[in-house]
Amino acid sequence: MTATAAVAARPRIGAIASLRRSRRWSLFASYFFLILFAIFFLTPPYYMIVTSLKSDAEVAHLATNPWIIANGVTFEQYRLLFNETDFLIYFKNTVIVTVCVVAITMVVSVLAAFSLSRMRFWGSGLLATGIFLTYLIPDTLLFIPLFQIVRGLGLLNSYWSMVLVYPTLTVPFCTWIMIGYFQSIPKELDEAALIDGAGYMQILTKIFIPVALPGIVAATIFAFTVSWAAFVYPIAFLFSADQQVLTVGTVTSLIKADVYKWGMLMAGALVAAAPPLIIYAFLMDYYIAGLTAGATKG
Amino acid sequence: MADVALHNVVKRFDQDEAVRGISLNIPDKEFIVLVGPSGCGKTTTLRMIAGLEEATAGEILIGGQVVNDVPPKDRDIAMVFQNYALYPHMTVFENMSFGLKLRRVAKEEIKARVQRAAKILDIADLLDRRPKQLSGGQRQRVAMGRAIVRNPKVFLFDEPLSNLDAKLRVQTRTEIKRVHQQVKTTTIYVTHDQVEAMTLADRVVVMNGGRIEQAGRPQELYHQPRTRFVAGFIGSPAMNFLPCRLERNGAGLMLRLGEGLALPVPQPRAARYQAAAGKELIFGLRPEHLTEPRGEARDPRCEFTVNLDVVEPMGMETMVFFGVNGSEICARVTPDAATAPGQPMRLYANLNHMHLIDPATDLVL
Repeated sequence: MTATAAVAARPRIGAIASLRRSRRWSLFASYFFLILFAIFFLTPPYYMIVTSLKSDAEVAHLATNPWIIANGVTFEQYRLLFNETDFLIYFKNTVIVTVCVVAITMVVSVLAAFSLSRMRFWGSGLLATGIFLTYLIPDTLLFIPLFQIVRGLGLLNSYWSMVLVYPTLTVPFCTWIMIGYFQSIPKELDEAALIDGAGYMQILTKIFIPVALPGIVAATIFAFTVSWAAFVYPIAFLFSADQQVLTVGTVTSLIKADVYKWGMLMAGALVAAAPPLIIYAFLMDYYIAGLTAGATKG
Repeated sequence: MADVALHNVVKRFDQDEAVRGISLNIPDKEFIVLVGPSGCGKTTTLRMIAGLEEATAGEILIGGQVVNDVPPKDRDIAMVFQNYALYPHMTVFENMSFGLKLRRVAKEEIKARVQRAAKILDIADLLDRRPKQLSGGQRQRVAMGRAIVRNPKVFLFDEPLSNLDAKLRVQTRTEIKRVHQQVKTTTIYVTHDQVEAMTLADRVVVMNGGRIEQAGRPQELYHQPRTRFVAGFIGSPAMNFLPCRLERNGAGLMLRLGEGLALPVPQPRAARYQAAAGKELIFGLRPEHLTEPRGEARDPRCEFTVNLDVVEPMGMETMVFFGVNGSEICARVTPDAATAPGQPMRLYANLNHMHLIDPATDLVL
């Protein structure tokens, strides 16, 4: 090796070493914060599991450590929850409401998004913005006028009112997601389909829906989460146990004045959280792809 | 198969007139290329023929039938797009058969047609793949296959080679020509690349500013351009243009190209330009007619010496560039004859191929 080459090589080695050091530090920092956040977010579910597997006596005993099960695991809380309360009714009502809301939301928002993103008509741009703006109105504000409407329709204290009002939260956002996704599909694709002999409905069902599947899954998960976890509307519109949904039903039946049935509350919360968890776990990749579509458009 | 005709077709986007009353007859089986710079209206014209844009005025006829109000699916046309427009969730077979399925063609017939098209395009082993598993060239062939299986009256190509690299572009160009020779369907092809236009077309239509500048066979456009635009657009490198004055020289004519450079106009051309004697004109000459002195029958008065600015060796020939009265001129010389930048070089202008343009009208005399 010549002297010049040796001199030239030295800073190169130094640069590589510096890169490795910098990468090591980045990894260290990444792991540190990831572990920190994992602990932060997993602590409540852990506490819920532990509490749900304790007896009422152990939960009430102030001297025991709340983070561990000292007197043995018991499924008593789950047995009581399923047998002694209306939990299964709430669960069934929530499933009915959620399935209906997701179905209504997806049909309406896919059709709306397709027409707004592909069929140019007078005021379509304004309408698209308007739909998003309605999403910005919080449900804590909307429930007052909606109460009047629901009462007018004779649906107060019926879980079918939830099927009517939840889409006010889900349709605007899902339409917005789908508009972004449909707009990222090249215009030539529908033009090719038009020339191939497809009508607009065929373009939607045979081209757009399959191509935009990640976006549709993302929107479906959103609609599912919103209707599964909504609290304000059911607490305002539903009064009796047989019409109640999980979120409000669990709380109202397991908290009596200042008596908290912690074991059953935790068991109920865990069972209620299971369906969204399962759906997220299976569809997470689609969900992320759907939400990030449009960000890389162009 | 069918002929296509445009009668005074106009397209306006709000106040913008993209196509300004063009008329064109395309006979059955002809391969016609619409060529021109960006924004000249060629793609808009193609899209109007496809039915993807509505004509503001005028008539579009396919097979003798006015199709202005006929939707794209009923025009019996097939289109190949610049970015292929393949359905990403379908296999190659499904992509090619999609149009046939929508038209409720029998399954056996679909299979036979797809396999026949796949054989023509050499994509028979790709039928089970999805578009993302194909290279750019393969995707373009699938797009062509999708058009062929339909057996339409007219093929429309919208800059189909623009997304391919240079080598693949040449290959696919040959492929398109071969396919047309086999299936003989009337074809309208849009491109901004004049080499593509010249090599593919039975007839080239040069468009500029929403109008047809000239339509004709490739050789006709090359040798007998009607306007300055066509003269400059067709040919690579482009034709050289220089302001000149046409002067009488006894019975003949002389071109004065600035201080100290005057060239005699050859006899057959002089007779044609007599009426323009004494006028300020624009002289046009293609680089291949400006060479090192070669051939026995040349006029020695057409030789002159220049100082070269840039020399570009291309392999089988060399482009040399030099300045005349502030204009850059290109000559095409044999590699051995070229000297170096800054060095003098003897050149010969073959004025038998010259063009004179009236600057007032931009028409070639």
